Amino acid sequence: MQTFSVGEITSYIHELFDADDVLADVWVRGEVSNLTVARSGHWYFTMKDADAQLRCVMFRGAARSVRIDVGAGDEILARGRVSVYAARGEYQLYAQSIEAVGGIGDLHRQFEALKAKLDAEGLFDPARKQPIPAFPVRIGVATSSTAAAWHDIQNVLRRRFPLAEVVLSPTLVQGVEAPAQIVMALERLNRRADIDTIIMARGGGSLEDLWSFNDERVARAVASSRIPVISGIGHEIDFTIVDFVADLRAPTPSAAAELATPNRDDLLLDLDRLRARLAGLLGNTLAEHSRDLGQAQSALRFFSPRKMIAAAQRDVADGRLRLSRAAALKLERLGDRLASATNASEAASPEHTLARGYALVTDESGALIREAAQVSRDQRLNVQLSRDRIRVRVDD
Amino acid sequence: MDDIKNLSYEAAYDELAALVARMESGELSLEKSVALYERGQKLSAHCQALLEEAQLKITRVDEAGPAD
Repeated sequence: MQTFSVGEITSYIHELFDADDVLADVWVRGEVSNLTVARSGHWYFTMKDADAQLRCVMFRGAARSVRIDVGAGDEILARGRVSVYAARGEYQLYAQSIEAVGGIGDLHRQFEALKAKLDAEGLFDPARKQPIPAFPVRIGVATSSTAAAWHDIQNVLRRRFPLAEVVLSPTLVQGVEAPAQIVMALERLNRRADIDTIIMARGGGSLEDLWSFNDERVARAVASSRIPVISGIGHEIDFTIVDFVADLRAPTPSAAAELATPNRDDLLLDLDRLRARLAGLLGNTLAEHSRDLGQAQSALRFFSPRKMIAAAQRDVADGRLRLSRAAALKLERLGDRLASATNASEAASPEHTLARGYALVTDESGALIREAAQVSRDQRLNVQLSRDRIRVRVDD
Repeated sequence: MDDIKNLSYEAAYDELAALVARMESGELSLEKSVALYERGQKLSAHCQALLEEAQLKITRVDEAGPAD
């Protein structure tokens, strides 16, 4: 069998304690006894109950933050790690915080009771959650004007979405007065018609510090807020009743400001994309219309009346030519006929007849003599020859 | 159009997005497309200016009522 020195086995036990998850962080309930406060400021005491005792040490820094009076016989809750003090061969609780029983225990009970009650009423129902506006114009912030949370929120909003106006509705965020003030701060924002989103925020703290956000009045005010509420309370690990009833739960005040707003850089990218699409679309439209125009133009050329006009013009020219030829021909014929008619009529003229040896006989008055009955004996007549005339007397 | 400079970011952005969607649906006359494009340009310039020039405004609403 292996043999250990005292130091070796104590060191082994020490390691076992420190490797244990439960012992690393526990709440222990018991009665205080043998409390001594050393000159160094450290507290040494024992916690006990009917069955056992536990050595406890609380170092100066932790002891300073204890806000309750602790004395022998008090029931307390101490939180810390259990480890080994090798020099004395003892295990002990290295306490980090001390709460009065009926303090923290009650708070936990109250928390669970209120949570169950509101849950039963349906106040956590996802269907009740209001959507958070994508582009808030005015963001109401219910928080303490002196808290770091308020500065964190302003910084985030300034960086992400400076288009928004932030309306601070100041309120205490811890203490007895806080719940009523928070409710009023929420009401002031809800009375305004121009608030798009409300951030309810408080920085990290102890369970008691955050307790106002587990208050039933506050929870109901958040649930009935006309304006959507984003809760940003404490740290990531802290859950309050307000977180359950809020329309959106953010792990921290800064995260609440982020969830309340779009990011300016993303918006600028979006705008670039939209602009590019817009230009592309116009380009497409222009190309389409240009193509349509080309098609219309070639269709127009194909069905153009210009062709018909040209054909008609050709027909007309052709017709005109034929007409003029026909007319010329006709004229020529007419000319010929005229010429022959002229000849014929010339042949029939009196001069022509006289020239051929015929003569015209007229009386003294010039009347043409066509038959013997027109004349009497001894009447003088004129005989017209081709060149001259002869005067004659009727003999018989 | 002069009305653009009075539009909120959301209103201008929504109109821009709707306008792009409308152009994407096609079947628009050339005049209409050019008109939409021009308005889209103005809307996006307005949005860009809002984003780049905005300064976070902070006001308070106290028990007495709204006050700065």
